[in-house]
Amino acid sequence: MDLSAINPVLLIASLMVAATPILLAAIGELVVEKAGVLNLGVEGMMIVGAISGFAITVESGSPWLGFLASAIGGALLSLLFVVLTQVALANQVASGLALTLFGLGLSSLMGQSYVGIKPPQMGKLDIPVLTDLPVIGPILFGHDPILYLGIALTAAVWALLKYTRVGLVLRAVGENHDAAHALGYKVVRIRIMAIMFGGACAGLGGAYISLIRVPQWTEGMTAGVGWIALALVVFASWKPWRALLGAYLFGGVTVVQLNLQAAGVAIPVEYLAMSPYLITIFVLVLLSRDKSGAPASLGRIFHATH
Amino acid sequence: MTTPLLSLQGLTKAYPGVVANDTVSFDIGQGEVHALLGENGAGKSTLVKMIYGLVKPDSGKMVLNGQPFAPAEPRAARADGIAMVFQHFSLFDALNVAENIALGMENPPKMGDLAARIREVSETYGLPLDPYRTVGDLSAGERQRVEIIRCLLQDPKLLIMDEPTSVLTPQEVDILFETLQKLRSEGTSILYISHKLEEIRTLCDHATILRLGKNVGECIPAETSARDMAEMMVGSTLQTPERGGRDFGEVALDISGLSVPSPSEFGTALRNLHLTVRRGEVLGVGGVAGNGQDELLGVLSGEITTAPDAVKMNGQPIGKLGPTARRKLGLLSAPEERLGHAAAPDMSLTENALLTGSVREGLESNGFLKWGETQSFAERIIEEFDVRTPGPDNAARSLSGGNLQKFVIGREVLQNPDVLVVNQPTWGVDAAAAASIRQAILDLAAKGTAVVCISQDLDELMEISDSFAALNEGRLSAPRETTGLTVDEIGLMMGGAHGMEVAHV
Repeated sequence: MDLSAINPVLLIASLMVAATPILLAAIGELVVEKAGVLNLGVEGMMIVGAISGFAITVESGSPWLGFLASAIGGALLSLLFVVLTQVALANQVASGLALTLFGLGLSSLMGQSYVGIKPPQMGKLDIPVLTDLPVIGPILFGHDPILYLGIALTAAVWALLKYTRVGLVLRAVGENHDAAHALGYKVVRIRIMAIMFGGACAGLGGAYISLIRVPQWTEGMTAGVGWIALALVVFASWKPWRALLGAYLFGGVTVVQLNLQAAGVAIPVEYLAMSPYLITIFVLVLLSRDKSGAPASLGRIFHATH
Repeated sequence: MTTPLLSLQGLTKAYPGVVANDTVSFDIGQGEVHALLGENGAGKSTLVKMIYGLVKPDSGKMVLNGQPFAPAEPRAARADGIAMVFQHFSLFDALNVAENIALGMENPPKMGDLAARIREVSETYGLPLDPYRTVGDLSAGERQRVEIIRCLLQDPKLLIMDEPTSVLTPQEVDILFETLQKLRSEGTSILYISHKLEEIRTLCDHATILRLGKNVGECIPAETSARDMAEMMVGSTLQTPERGGRDFGEVALDISGLSVPSPSEFGTALRNLHLTVRRGEVLGVGGVAGNGQDELLGVLSGEITTAPDAVKMNGQPIGKLGPTARRKLGLLSAPEERLGHAAAPDMSLTENALLTGSVREGLESNGFLKWGETQSFAERIIEEFDVRTPGPDNAARSLSGGNLQKFVIGREVLQNPDVLVVNQPTWGVDAAAAASIRQAILDLAAKGTAVVCISQDLDELMEISDSFAALNEGRLSAPRETTGLTVDEIGLMMGGAHGMEVAHV
């Protein structure tokens, strides 16, 4: 056992990378749920985003185009959910589960010819002086741009929900869709936009795994991250900064337990492997004790009757 | 007379199977309080939804200030100066007052400025409100103020109010009327929908009466008696329930010192509740909705269990028993919410009859259901309570609110309970059916059943109950004999005016 082999600076830098896919997916789902829609298809949209981004990056050579494609891919898949739940008024839970299963199947089909290929890498941020600073440099200024996009998105969603009219209308639709309709707001249109935003974010999160974190394509490589993101939204009480905290906590414990495994700590691997889930759930349950409730219309089908 | 503010000409709107409005025409004058009267299902709501742009008429037209008026959506109607206070509040519980008001405006100012304007307008009209309070924590009267202020901030030319007083105490009603009179004196027209005739007689300048979607007459309320207006609404003569003098027996239901928290987030906890009901007595429980009515019903029906001794029936502790065990003992209840609480919406009437009737009517044996007997039980309810439905195989959802209410009450009454608890027994039921439901309750009491009737309709409680108590913020006032009780006394029992004050004119 050699704990001194663990470098705290690298640890923090890599936990941020581990947390970003969860954060991106969770922020997207948070907006969807704030609008009153429960989309359980996050995992499916992530993996479709992962392969769309991977394929386009390999074909075009540009990771930027790849990330754009992953967002489009996730949003396109979410359109299927839109048709099912907003047009055909199908049950949201069943539709979301179907979306995940469909996404997993579709991605393996799309990815058949991409197994074992290494994608072109996205450059990392390199600011002279700042990036070279000891400790702070690698933690704050040495990452890829998408990681910063994740944090910026968290801030943007928080500000949008709290300070803007668009955010207010979105929350109103999620809170009481009948009242919002009576006041003349387009409930279905707002929800469709939110669902597509959620799809795009999940797609980005998926591509972050296949293009940066791993980086390669294997079937089913999102491995449950979408489900973690879903749980995170609930435990974060639908608050963006808490979702960020939860994602970093989960990423952090994951990275630490991997390091501990590598260092040969005398705890059975199974316990280490379950620790991120246990600790994240425990901390967020403690945080969400203040009973700030779910959007009141969450998961309910809206049918405009006159 | 000058040109009317809004003129409706031959408005017609049909839904599959029913004509909601059939060539309705009338005028609303400038600065006039115009009443729209009618039974439930007479087409009042459809008509105002057309004016507010939520529903498009099939034919006919509207003229606003001499200009053709056909709002495509509520936004357009608001832009033309039409504002509406909804019957079922269109508010968002989790948002604060200012956010709720901003949602109802086209171009809301910044939150800080808006909060200042809310304070200013609410002071002027005597409806004090804190812009930063969460709406879920407000009382029904305060919630209505939010809606009214939302409308006032847009300087409406026409204010539509759909049954505004159904949730207010008598004192709050007085203050609302002063606010409305101030608005009228400023030139705002008001379209006032209600079926409370005395209110209309004091407040309104003109009334239009709808029956089955048709305009069946107009009148000047101040010069017409309430009875005449009621008969125009119903189209026939009304019967008032009769109550025979009777003696009360032993105490059948006894609650002493009961406190329970509410099971729902925005509910009201019951605090130190005492009540006794004797055999043959009808106890009326009044109070504004949301002051613990649902919780009281839950405690009595067994949905909320308590310490065994807190609730006693015929001297026997039943606080720990669930609804089925209590039914076995003869305590039956009919909750307020018809779809989803009193009845399962997508199940047939036969199935719904089984759900509460199985214990006392012996509709199951050894876990097997006796469908034949259940069906005849359902048919008996339909026949004796005049439930209008093609048959017991129809889903509960397919019945109109009033018909389903008759079924739900009839189902409990026919099981001959020893104690019957009803919440809002005639809510949404037309006057004739309401009278027959009240008569059934009185007949049951005459046979020795102890009845607890929770209702927001004070006239109803005065009509059928022997003693009256009011719920206010989860506390029950001491019961008083109904005879000789004045409206003012009742209002004070209900908690007075909840901090409202008269408009500063």
